[in-house]
Amino acid sequence: MLALSALTLEVRDGEFFVLLGPSGCGKTTALRIAAGLEEPSEGSIYIGDRLVNEVPAKDRDLAMVFQSYALYPHLSVYDNVAFGLRMRKYSRSEIDRLVRETAATLGIQELLRRRPAALSGGQQQRVALGRAIVRRPQAFLMDEPLSNLDAKMRVQMRAELVRLHRELRGTFIYVTHDQVEAMTMGERVAVLHQGLLQQVGTPQEVYDRPANLFVAEFIGSPAMNLLEAEPVRVDGQPGLRTADAFVRPLAALWAVLEAAGARSAVVGIRPEHLAPQEGENAEFAACFEGQVDLVESLGSEQHVTVALPRGSLVLRLPAARRLPIGSPLRLAVAPVHLQLFDAETGRRIGP
Amino acid sequence: MTAATARPSARGRTLPRPARQLLAALPFLAPSIVLFGTFVFYPLAKSVYLGFHISDPFGRRQVFVGFEQYVDVLTSSSFASSLLVTATFTLYTVVPAIAIGTFLAVLANQKLPGIVVFRTIFSSTLASSVAVTAVLWLVLLHPTIGMANELLETAGLPRVAWLQDGGWAVGERKGVLSLVGAWFIDPNWALISVSMATVWMNVGLFTIIVLAGLQTIPEELYESARVDGAGRWREFWHVTLPMLSPTLFFASVVGMLFAFQSFGQIQILTEGGPVDASNVILYSIYQEGFQNFQKGAASVQAIVLFVILLGLTLLQFRLLSGRVFYR
Repeated sequence: MLALSALTLEVRDGEFFVLLGPSGCGKTTALRIAAGLEEPSEGSIYIGDRLVNEVPAKDRDLAMVFQSYALYPHLSVYDNVAFGLRMRKYSRSEIDRLVRETAATLGIQELLRRRPAALSGGQQQRVALGRAIVRRPQAFLMDEPLSNLDAKMRVQMRAELVRLHRELRGTFIYVTHDQVEAMTMGERVAVLHQGLLQQVGTPQEVYDRPANLFVAEFIGSPAMNLLEAEPVRVDGQPGLRTADAFVRPLAALWAVLEAAGARSAVVGIRPEHLAPQEGENAEFAACFEGQVDLVESLGSEQHVTVALPRGSLVLRLPAARRLPIGSPLRLAVAPVHLQLFDAETGRRIGP
Repeated sequence: MTAATARPSARGRTLPRPARQLLAALPFLAPSIVLFGTFVFYPLAKSVYLGFHISDPFGRRQVFVGFEQYVDVLTSSSFASSLLVTATFTLYTVVPAIAIGTFLAVLANQKLPGIVVFRTIFSSTLASSVAVTAVLWLVLLHPTIGMANELLETAGLPRVAWLQDGGWAVGERKGVLSLVGAWFIDPNWALISVSMATVWMNVGLFTIIVLAGLQTIPEELYESARVDGAGRWREFWHVTLPMLSPTLFFASVVGMLFAFQSFGQIQILTEGGPVDASNVILYSIYQEGFQNFQKGAASVQAIVLFVILLGLTLLQFRLLSGRVFYR
């Protein structure tokens, strides 16, 4: 059983690096290998210039925040935070100074004498963070640290983690399955799937130019519209025939498609790039005719599913526009917003 | 509401609700009431009764003496001696059995191929009866042909008169100090022998109990400790032991109750001797009641033992519950 294969990643010093992927993709395994809790069957792990394959977890000078927080239930908050310092034989006064400093950073000064069981989820989360940051290790490893919190708390902690990262200037390696966490906090994101690295880049790069169909589908909510298409020439004019419309890509993109020799392709359109249109316009890459099928209002915006004769599309619109169910709608997309993927390999076609 | 009040009157006869519930419950309780009544409550009441009376060896011609027998027993030197022997026996059996059981459980909790075999071996003493255990140790500790003395000799140590040497528990001592001194320097080998057999017998159970306790400790706590810089020993000291405290507390209560109730191994190995060196309270009750036929005096000791056990259990809960960590 292989959890990860041939993963090569370089996390820069002081970077907030996110490992993103669905459950079972190997992201946690990657983190645990970095921490020394699991041994890779092959490959090398460096921290700085030091090869740490043979270095046990306790000597790697890393800190880890667990999804379950893993606080010691028999110790007070103070002793939980002090634990790592005690293991490393800090002096009593030094421990006291560092613990209080850390508690102040995280706003848990009032809780120092309590036991973890007497704390709320958010407070336990802070203590777990405190235990990690108090030692100022070489890197912070975080395994889905926010997934046990309620939605509101999660948003708050997200902002706080970013602030913490800025203040500490530490190297963060953060594992999550939540793309919102990855997009909002990560300076760079690595997307993993079935033990394979799919793409590494800034959140914006990964969003704007997904390397393959998996990343295209996984990142973005609502997900990117993907339409199977066949490259054809109609009256000498190149284009892609999908079930519901003829799509005309930019000439440059078509050239890459032809060069790649793909027999079938997938057209990807982000929901925000579809716009309701009245008339025909040659500037559009494609126009789709359909009816409003489902409207999900989020208050500030709405996600509208439009049923086409054969498929369907999702688009994102401002909340103001009223769209009765069943009303006809004509959607258009600009050529610059078309993304193309090779249907067989799943790989992105074009820049 | 009207329907509810109307129905009983229609039936003609009405009982209050609690009474009707009790009537319904009684058939279900009857089997345990009969069993407990016959084998627990009746003997208990009878013991209390016997404690207040003097009877002839056949239990006839009973004379009420009130607390006189309690005073006699509680002030007798043989009772004091059997108390000290019992306390020593408890110390000799509970502490080593839990320590060894914990050690074996930690070994057996490793994730290694074939570890199940070791778990079975470590807990196997649970399956051997008191009589088998006692006979086994009788052979091991035999003064001339026993393996124990062979080993001592091979190691260049003097032989020990295991079951025959009563040590501090035998002979005259002048005052408490000399007794305490003797306790430390003049080992009561007979009691130690019985204790070794008992420890061997109980280790299996404690291994299982502690193993179960170990398996409830979340793996992340260890991982967290390792990342925090703890080695194997400190992992054990700072994570395993505190997380195991409820289990060890339970084991200590059970072990103490076991120690106070030990009978078979003493009967087979030493019969309480030499003199009274291994005469724990329970064995002394047996001797008093079934060899000397002093049912009254035996009952008094039984009641005193009951009160001591109750007191000790309450004390253990008091003292330890504050330090024991429950999730």
